[in-house]
Order: sequence, then C-alpha cells, then structure tokens
Amino acid sequence: MISTLNRLALTLATLATLGLVAAIYLGSRNLGNFDPALVAYLFACIFACFGVVYRYSVWLQRPPTWRYFARGWQLFFSGRAIVYGWEFVKNFFVNFLGQRFIQKRGRDLGRGHLLMAWGCILAFGVTFPLVFGWIHFGLKPGGIDTYEIYTFGFKTMEFPLHTWIATLIFNALNWSAFLVIAGVMLLIRRRLTHAGQIAVQTFEGDWLPLLLLLAISLTGLGISLDYKFMDGKAHQFMAITHAITVILFLVWMPFGKFFHIIQRPAQLGIAIYRKAGEEGPQAVCPHTGQAFTSQLQVGDLKDVTTQLGFDFRRSDGGSHLDYSPQGKRALLATAHLKARQKAGSYFG
Amino acid sequence: MSTSFRTDQEFFLDPQRCIGCHACEMACAECETNGQLPMIHVDYVDRFLSPQTSVQICMHCEDPVCARVCPAVAIEKDEFGIVHSANTARCIACSNCVNACPFGVPRKIEPMDLMMKCNMCYDRTSAGKKPMCATVCPSGALFYGTREEMARRRPNSSPVNTFKFGRETVKTKVNIMMPKGETELVVYE
Ligand code: SF4
Ligand code: SF4
Repeated sequence: MISTLNRLALTLATLATLGLVAAIYLGSRNLGNFDPALVAYLFACIFACFGVVYRYSVWLQRPPTWRYFARGWQLFFSGRAIVYGWEFVKNFFVNFLGQRFIQKRGRDLGRGHLLMAWGCILAFGVTFPLVFGWIHFGLKPGGIDTYEIYTFGFKTMEFPLHTWIATLIFNALNWSAFLVIAGVMLLIRRRLTHAGQIAVQTFEGDWLPLLLLLAISLTGLGISLDYKFMDGKAHQFMAITHAITVILFLVWMPFGKFFHIIQRPAQLGIAIYRKAGEEGPQAVCPHTGQAFTSQLQVGDLKDVTTQLGFDFRRSDGGSHLDYSPQGKRALLATAHLKARQKAGSYFG
Repeated sequence: MSTSFRTDQEFFLDPQRCIGCHACEMACAECETNGQLPMIHVDYVDRFLSPQTSVQICMHCEDPVCARVCPAVAIEKDEFGIVHSANTARCIACSNCVNACPFGVPRKIEPMDLMMKCNMCYDRTSAGKKPMCATVCPSGALFYGTREEMARRRPNSSPVNTFKFGRETVKTKVNIMMPKGETELVVYE
C-alpha cells in the first residue's frame, strides 16, 4: 500500500500534522488549557489535517493545477503586488465571503449556501480553537459575575455574566446551528423539487453532506435544549451523538464533498491570473479574427496539454489551441464539408 | 443518478445537414440540468463566404481533454461515457476546458463563475428518453437512436467517431455521419 501512496504528499502531510500537534501543544500551554472532554474531537482534527494536506498535495501535482499554483505565486511576486493584492482582496470579499457567484446560480441555492457557509465559518472559528486548547474561559477570581477569555494562555477579554454579550458568546455554536439548519432546509427543498438537480444528484455527493450538517446542528442544539429544559437528563445521549456526527464530518473532510471548502480559495488565484491575462497580449483566433482569451492562457495550455500527452500542433507551425472555440467548431464543419464534397455528394 | 440509460442508443451528428433554424437551441434551453441556458452551438461557419451553418454538441470524448486540463478535477465521465458538466462545487471558472476542448464545446457562464456544457440531456437520457435537440431537429443533422435505425435512414453514410487533429487522434462517444466507407474525419493534417 505504501508504494501506491504519493511520497511528496505523504511528507508534506506528515510535516503539517506534526506542525499542528506542536501548535496545539504550545498554544494550549503544554496542554495545560486543553479540555480532556474534547480529546476525541482533537484526534479527528489531527486526522483531518493529515488527510486534507495529503489530498491537497496530490491535487497540486496535477499539471494544470500546478501551473496555476506556480503562476499565481509568480504573479504575486512580480512587483505588481498592489494590483494583484487588490484583485485578491476584492474577490475575497465579493466571491469568497459574499459568494456572489453562487447567488447568481440560483436564489435558493445562493441564500441556502450563504447561510450554511456562514454558520460553518462561525462554528469552525469557535470549535477549532476550543478543541486545540487555544482559547478557554474562566471565572474571574474574586467574584462570581465576570468571565474571562484566554487566548493562548493570555487574557484577551472579560465580560459580565447575565448580559447580552454573555448570551451572544456562550451561544455562539447555537447561532451557527440556526444558520446551518436554515441553509440546509433551503437546499434540501431545492434538491427535492428542482428537476435538473434530481437528475444528476447522488446520495454521497449531494445528500449526505446536507444530512450530516443537519445532524451536527440538531444534536448540537440538543445539548443546549437538554441543558435548559430537561435539566441535562439527555446530556450523555446528546453529547455522544453530537461527537459522532462532528467526528464523521472531520474524518470525511479530506475525502468527500467538504473538500471543496479547501479547494475553493484557488478561485482567488484564478482572479489574479485573469487580471494578468487581461493586462497582457490577447490571443486572436485565426478564424474569427477576434481576441478570445489571453496569450498567457493559450501558452500555458499548450505546455499543459503537451505534459498530459496531447499533441495539437499543426503542420503550418501553429496549434489547434490558437483557435477560439468558435474557430475550432468552424474547422470541424469545414473539414466535414470538404469530406462530403470529395465524396461527390453534399448529403448522404 | 438514475440508471435507465439506454446503451443501445447513440448520437449521430451530421453538421452538413444543419439549416441553422436554431430549433435545437430552443429545445436545449428546456433542459433542466442547464438551468434553462442553451448549451448547443449553432454557428455560421464563415459568415462572409457562405450561408453554411453548423451544429456542435459535446462529443463525449473517450479521453476528454476538457477533464484532463481541468485544474479542479471538476469534469467527470460516468460509466455510460457521458462527460458531465462541471461539478458546481469544484469548478473555479478558469476556462481551461473552454479553450482546450478540440471541438470548442464548453462555455463559461461568467456571472456564475461556472463552466457548463452539453451533458447529452442527462435528465432525459438517464430516464431512457432522447436528448431534446435530437427530438426537434427537422433536417436530420441531429439524430439519436440505434445504429440499425441510422443505417436504414442513411444507407450512403457511415458513422465515424475518430477525429484527427494533426498527430492527435480523438475518439468520441458521439458519431459524425461521413461519406460511406470513411473511418475517420481529418480536421487538419
Ligand atoms: S467534446 Fe470537448 S467538452 Fe466534450 S468531452 Fe470532448 S473535450 Fe470535453
Ligand atoms: S472552467 Fe471549471 S470545469 Fe473548466 S477547466 Fe476550469 S475549473 Fe475545470
């Protein structure tokens, strides 16, 4: 089995995992602030880290992916960091946080995904630092009405109990659960009613992620509801089912649909690449006489297709890739017409 | 995904028969998987020289260039040989597929930051029906059915699914109707 593993990816994943373990150890002040009740979550996080870095590294080694990755950094350090940096920041807010491109794909999809994504971001922001022992809470010594938050062992904030800010902070995971549940509901409705989605959806790729997020949110809310209205009678059941669902999420992260969360920032690199392409010379199609993309992209595609074992060179010294999509379609139609003409009949 | 795909049926394309009526384009826009956007291409081949029009659907290549150049692994071929539209969660809208497909098929839908293309009406073909375009084409440029049916309709033509682009040979699931006896279409030497 070892021989089928990707060595480079294995090395990177191991290094990243060791790095995370070291950061957990140091960040939690030699595990002094680590909460032992969360140990199962911790192991799932460490596994997820290994899996995610492994898959990401394998992914980066594909010729087209590597080309974009290398180009992105090359452009970033090309002395135009301000222009590209601005493009990056703009896209980060509009498309990554605001998800405008998903809004354009459909109203329910856009709203549902935004709610779900923000719920998840909030939940990640709270859960990971808690599990790693990077933040912890404590009662301020000398009283019973002020709470303190410690980050990496340093006091960062204090707030009085029984105030709106305390409610806001203590219920952070509940708020995220509400957001996720609302989002998941919108997306489930879409999956049940949209004929196009029904035709191409799969259980593993489309339903399982939604059901898992719903289960995580409901069991998470259950812990609070049980505590508030049932005096904690069902605590064990709630805590265990919640842990199981969250651990499933983390362990599945490198393999399943949720890996797209890790892949998506690549879109920011594409924004920079596009900007650089627009500023540079354009590729003009020999058939239509119109610019259709950047010469940067055509050049890169020629290299990448060659690396992949394709040969689209033409005997006239050009390449099929010099033609725009419309030009390529015209070449085929013209060749078809010629073949029919040669056979002596236009139709047959 | 559904499994009533009819493996005895194939797509036969005869661009020479296209009369440019755009009926297929209207029908294509009915496909629910495209979000009501037509994916088929109907073009004037050379507007200034002749009124010749041509029609192009995805050829569903055996080794799809689009999928191989996709940095996001967003394009997948299924067990029936259908090369699907980009996986919406993965596509990062780089346009590699748009500019590398030797048949000029995929489209990038700008505001959605998403590639979309013909998936041979998967909502219909996976339920045993014919693709929309093939059901409305009045001239026989687009036909979906069995090889035998096609042989009866076009006794003087042969279906060909091997394309030569210089030194590159591309094999496809979709056939193009060529003069009888031909085994390949040479797009350029
Ligand atoms: S015709 Fe183009 S889009 Fe269709 S499978 Fe082949 S390479 Fe991909
Ligand atoms: S546009 Fe999308 S599907 Fe096409 S190559 Fe880029 S990432 Fe892949």
